Amino acid sequence: MGGSKSTSATSAEAEVFSLSASVAEMEAMAKKLRRHIVTMVGKAGSGHPGGSLSAVEIVTALYFKILRHKPLDPQWEDRDRFILSKGHAAPLLYATLAECGYFPVKELLTLRQMDSRLQGHTDRTITPGVEMSSGSLGQGLSFALGAALAGRVDGRGYRVYALLGDGECNEGQVWEAAMATAHYNVDNLTAVVDNNGQQIDGWNCDVMNLDPFVGKWQAFGWKVIEVDGHSISQLIDAFKEAQKVKGQPAVIIAHTVKGKGVSFMENNPDFHGKAPNAIEMELALKELE
Amino acid sequence: MVEEVSIREAYGKTLLELGMENQDIVALDADLSRSTMTRFFAREFPERFFECGIAEQNMIGIAAGMAAAGKIPFASTFAVFVPGRCFDQVRMSIAQPGLSVKLVTTHGGLSVGEDGTSHQSIEDLSLICSLPGFSVIVPADAIETTEAVKAAAATLGPFYIRLCRPKLPLVYSEDYQFKLGKAAMMRQGGDATIIAIGLMVKAALEAARNLEREGIYCRVLNMSTLKPIDEAAIIQAAAETGAIVTAEEHLEHGGLGSLVAQVVAKNRPVPMEFIAIKDTYAKSGKPSELLERYGLTDKDIERGVKSALKRKR
Repeated sequence: MGGSKSTSATSAEAEVFSLSASVAEMEAMAKKLRRHIVTMVGKAGSGHPGGSLSAVEIVTALYFKILRHKPLDPQWEDRDRFILSKGHAAPLLYATLAECGYFPVKELLTLRQMDSRLQGHTDRTITPGVEMSSGSLGQGLSFALGAALAGRVDGRGYRVYALLGDGECNEGQVWEAAMATAHYNVDNLTAVVDNNGQQIDGWNCDVMNLDPFVGKWQAFGWKVIEVDGHSISQLIDAFKEAQKVKGQPAVIIAHTVKGKGVSFMENNPDFHGKAPNAIEMELALKELE
Repeated sequence: MVEEVSIREAYGKTLLELGMENQDIVALDADLSRSTMTRFFAREFPERFFECGIAEQNMIGIAAGMAAAGKIPFASTFAVFVPGRCFDQVRMSIAQPGLSVKLVTTHGGLSVGEDGTSHQSIEDLSLICSLPGFSVIVPADAIETTEAVKAAAATLGPFYIRLCRPKLPLVYSEDYQFKLGKAAMMRQGGDATIIAIGLMVKAALEAARNLEREGIYCRVLNMSTLKPIDEAAIIQAAAETGAIVTAEEHLEHGGLGSLVAQVVAKNRPVPMEFIAIKDTYAKSGKPSELLERYGLTDKDIERGVKSALKRKR
């Protein structure tokens, strides 16, 4: 699979990450990322497997097919930015960054340990490739909008992608940002909602009903694209369609399953923020072979 | 009669000037650009001004994202809304990552006046000083405001500059050299030290002048940089004058008085008095009436000095 072939970490020589992967290769990568997530969280003894597993295909499609980025030069000024607003999906982002070559894959096993660069929630000050310190929900779309407006003011061609949780959309700030993004006719930003239907206390509709969810985004001035969030090809098509939307922002509502890929974690809010024990970890990894 | 000058206007004009010099400077406001005076910048550089509407949390996030992309954002609204309304956004989007966002708030303190409790920002300094990495400045007049805003633009990292609504008498002349993190000696004296910020600096100077007539010689320090605080100047004042009175337009808890007391207690314990609002909310009134009612006048400072002196060894 693609990757930066540069052996030097200097900014000028670092190459743009190859986006030549096939759908089949990305599907294999998605499975690999799921194994990393289960192993990392299991070893750490705490963390958020459910919302990491649901967004695997979204993040895989982005990093291996859509984003222009340089793993050996994470601060490359013209890079596309990926803002993980749902910061509890940090294990997924770390696994992806490691597989892209931002840092060694073996470092993934240090998740949540003292002195690790892989904090419980993302920290932009210490992890190569992490754009935003998140974990307090609702803040990522505003941050992404700031980066998108800065790119527009500077005449840079980069795009900004923000990944939000559906439960996260309970936060009022998300809608402040949604209003402002449309107000400024921002079209170099794509939001993606990992619409897995669940949050810590249960199903969204019972905790705090978001419906009509599509209608809300449309009413706020957004072009809405709905996809199966576990279909790499649908996601890639949606990202490309979103790039073509001009004069308004686009949001991809990706219908997903919380805990996807591990039968006993699927649609089980218990695994929102609980690590698998040793036996569960073994079972999960067997399912992901 | 000393000339009174709007420190908000000084901010607006300085921001405009900085915008002419540096393309990376952008400004944001939350529907108060006429009051905060960011409108000067907005008129000249509409493409670099971002009106965020009445949505402060979002404004903080946008500013943070811009800073992460290399801009130098100045975000303004009333001090009562930032950091109070959006403390977690300031904490996680700006302070933790140490992003170079410059928060310049106006209408701080009691002197906002008639608008009453909801608009009187008397906790903001405590909140913002609790955040690691923030530099916090409360200028004493228009000249210092200009210098502080320039220093914030030229220095990496997050800044909070708190301005008040009323025009303030000048305490400095044009040749004043603001030094970030350094207290300014406004008046020499050996009997006690008054450490003040913002509009209380003028009151401190008047108190010192009045006390001199009674044979009490006060040192006056303007501690305009609240954070990082000038520990050396505080320790020196404690050692050389043996009594300290702080004066601020803020609650007694968590502001200038608390910060100075920590330094004093740790290094050179001396009697202290705290001229500040005492654990209460204020009401509507004229600024001068409010300052008098809640104990923030030169007379209150004089009483504080005398009280501290009684306990001085």
